[in-house]
Amino acid sequence: MKQILKNRLLIFIGLFAIYGIIQILLSTSILNDYYEINIVLMGINIILAVSLNLINGFTGQFSLGHAGFMSIGAYTSAIITYKLGLPFPLAILVGGIAAGIAGILIGIPSLRLKGDYLAITTLGFGEIIRVIFLNTEYVGGASGLSGIPKYTNWTWVFWMAVITIVLIRNFINSSYGRCCVAIREDETAAESMGINTTFYKTLAFTIGAFFAGIGGALYAHNFYIIQPETFNFMKSFDILTMVVLGGLGSITGSILSAIFLTFVYAVLQDYAALRMVIYSLLLIVVMLFRPEGLMGTKEFSLKKLFKKGEKSNEFTLN
Amino acid sequence: MSLLSIKDLSIDFGGIRALIDVNIELEKGSLTGLIGPNGAGKSTVFNIITGIYKPTSGKVIFDGKSISQKPYNNTKLGIARTFQNIRLFKNLTVLDNVKIAQHIHVQYGLFSSFLQYKKYLDGEKSQNIEAMNLLKIFNLDKHAYNLAKNLPYGEQRRLEIARALATKPKLLLLDEPAAGMNPQETKELTDTIRFIRDKFDITILLIEHDMSLVMDLCEDIYVMNYGKIIAHGTPDEIKRNPEVIAAYLGEEDIDEKEILSIEGGA
Amino acid sequence: MKTFIEQLINGLSLGSIYALIALGYTMVYGIMKLINFAHGDIYMVGAFTGFFASTYFHLGFIPSLLLAMLVSLILGVTIERVAYRPLRDKSKISILITAIGVSLLLENGGIILLSPQVRTYPQIFKQHMYSFFNGIITISNQQIVIFVVSIIMMVGLQIIIYKTKIGKAMRAVSTDADAAKLMGVNVDRTVSFTFAIGSALAAVAGVLVGIYYNSIDPLMGIMPGLKAFIAAVLGGIGIIPGAMVGGLLMGVIEALVSGYGSSLYRDGVSFAILIIILLIKPTGLFGKNVREKV
Repeated sequence: MKQILKNRLLIFIGLFAIYGIIQILLSTSILNDYYEINIVLMGINIILAVSLNLINGFTGQFSLGHAGFMSIGAYTSAIITYKLGLPFPLAILVGGIAAGIAGILIGIPSLRLKGDYLAITTLGFGEIIRVIFLNTEYVGGASGLSGIPKYTNWTWVFWMAVITIVLIRNFINSSYGRCCVAIREDETAAESMGINTTFYKTLAFTIGAFFAGIGGALYAHNFYIIQPETFNFMKSFDILTMVVLGGLGSITGSILSAIFLTFVYAVLQDYAALRMVIYSLLLIVVMLFRPEGLMGTKEFSLKKLFKKGEKSNEFTLN
Repeated sequence: MSLLSIKDLSIDFGGIRALIDVNIELEKGSLTGLIGPNGAGKSTVFNIITGIYKPTSGKVIFDGKSISQKPYNNTKLGIARTFQNIRLFKNLTVLDNVKIAQHIHVQYGLFSSFLQYKKYLDGEKSQNIEAMNLLKIFNLDKHAYNLAKNLPYGEQRRLEIARALATKPKLLLLDEPAAGMNPQETKELTDTIRFIRDKFDITILLIEHDMSLVMDLCEDIYVMNYGKIIAHGTPDEIKRNPEVIAAYLGEEDIDEKEILSIEGGA
Repeated sequence: MKTFIEQLINGLSLGSIYALIALGYTMVYGIMKLINFAHGDIYMVGAFTGFFASTYFHLGFIPSLLLAMLVSLILGVTIERVAYRPLRDKSKISILITAIGVSLLLENGGIILLSPQVRTYPQIFKQHMYSFFNGIITISNQQIVIFVVSIIMMVGLQIIIYKTKIGKAMRAVSTDADAAKLMGVNVDRTVSFTFAIGSALAAVAGVLVGIYYNSIDPLMGIMPGLKAFIAAVLGGIGIIPGAMVGGLLMGVIEALVSGYGSSLYRDGVSFAILIIILLIKPTGLFGKNVREKV
């Protein structure tokens, strides 16, 4: 027990250290505004990638509609702050919850389907959400919702990303998370072991949607304006690329590839088509030559770093 | 009262009548065998008991209740099974395979898994201990952190049984547990099965083709052919039952030597 | 009434185009259980080939069409060889992701190589309107071309599938690839051939769209590709008559929604149809139910 608490304290200190370092770099303008914008984007992408990985990677359910959940979080949170004048933390929470509810509503009927069918259905739902926002005058229709106050800063994003990673990682390392992985491995066997696969698939879907909504809320309050076009299936593919590249089933992988691909996006910002060509080649090459992505299903573990040879995996207590 | 009561069970697949009026009664704590040529319908019976298939007619009563059409509910009622073609979670560790099966008895809630406070830590600890104890019985504890797919075949089969036991069942359905095992392994398996029946106080129904195991282990035997139960009795009765012999050897004249060979092992 | 018939004919024209594209999806899915996300982009390549053929090489309608079919066919077969065949035995998700990658590559490669601007198709046919029954039915010559070409293509396809050896091979591999292999069918060649035909049909659709709607751009394959896929699912994925009927239905529904409803909801309706079908009868209008053996 003591060991565990000590480990947690160490991790906490480590996180604060990272936060502190970056904060200093930013405030002394060693890293200027351009860097801040991109660090914010990295954080949001980490949240999106890790949440999608829960659904696609750990539970093995191929969802192509993640941008839809992000947009629900974005629009709902914007309504809370911009239209109702309520505080930002509430907006983030409500955005997440709204997206989570959408996750349940979409998940229950869709998750009966498998593989390609599920992929197309979630893609379809993502598009339907976009079309609904496109035709809703209250949120600006095609021109979108503008005038959203800029509440997002890198502090918010850093700590929300940390919370996302911690909560999802904890879930994965619990009996409930193991159910999800069992479903990915063999659904019939999982059912035979007493696991209500429909419930757990929907649960993973909902949790993933919730955090996507949080990502969306943070996104909305960073750019002043959001439009339905921002959350089309290209965005879902972007997030999918991050997860695939990092490794379906590795949280560490999602974090690393989110950072990397945000960097690529920043560098190639003016060359959208070139960037997409690179993304697409990455997807193809990874699938052909290293389908498990960067990290496979492995995670970065401090224990492994310091005690070589000791057997440990992501499911036993760290 | 019987633990498992199957009455007049029938199922049709398209035009094929896979089971015809099957009747089986299992007493609590019994060790029963279900044998018959390939295609007789034995695995189908298992699939119906566990709720994977829905019968066309007939009833399955377990522990006084009707079985559910959702397999996971039946596991919660106390029915566990292994599969004919091993269905382990191949890319997960041996330990995780067992821990997953322990989920229905998990001692902490969803909320505490997010925050990982004391209930979670205690729950995980006890799960680990119980899982390792179970693996020890099957001599698999040394493999705890190996991936299931890297285990030799015989040990994979043992793991499947260990995993099923982790659900703390009242009834254990074993589908050809000795398939692919040599005589030495089969003997060990026989002892293990008897041991777990006694230690865990469970009822066991097993499908097997290995006659030495069946005759040695089972107290009661049902024989199936072409979807029907053609005989039911003690091992001695079954050995001498001409219909059983005919089912296995075909409708030919048989002499003493062949009957002895059935007694010895198929 | 006149508007209704007008919209109906519009819908059938659009639907024929969807049907041509849908056939490619359904054949590929039937033979290797893959949703070829890149199929819509092959249609785009066909349209552009036809465009370049008629604009810069001044080829007539039929030569442009044939050239477009050839180019798309080669492209489709190449993609299968390079990107899909190595993954044939791996998980379905890997191949799906690869298909998405190929699609993005074609689209954005197209933007880089061909510039994102919309091109105008040359007027291969000067538009004439024909009317029948005292003006109740009006139909343009372009629409007639679409109908005629589509019918020829579909009849041709039926002949190939049911009257040739390679067609029999396609049917065999669709049913059970391993059994077909054991019977001596060259599965690789059959799959290539399937991609070839599907791609050629998509190219025809691309050229017809260029003529009918006049404008083409590198991203033109996305929406029609998705809708054609929905059409294939609607009719029953893997079932050829299903793709034809599904395509026509999708076209008609879309035309009626556009005509009588709001065009903003047009795309949404297509996806709603997809979801309804997947939830109620995923095997489609012509599909059968299959049970998994445990």
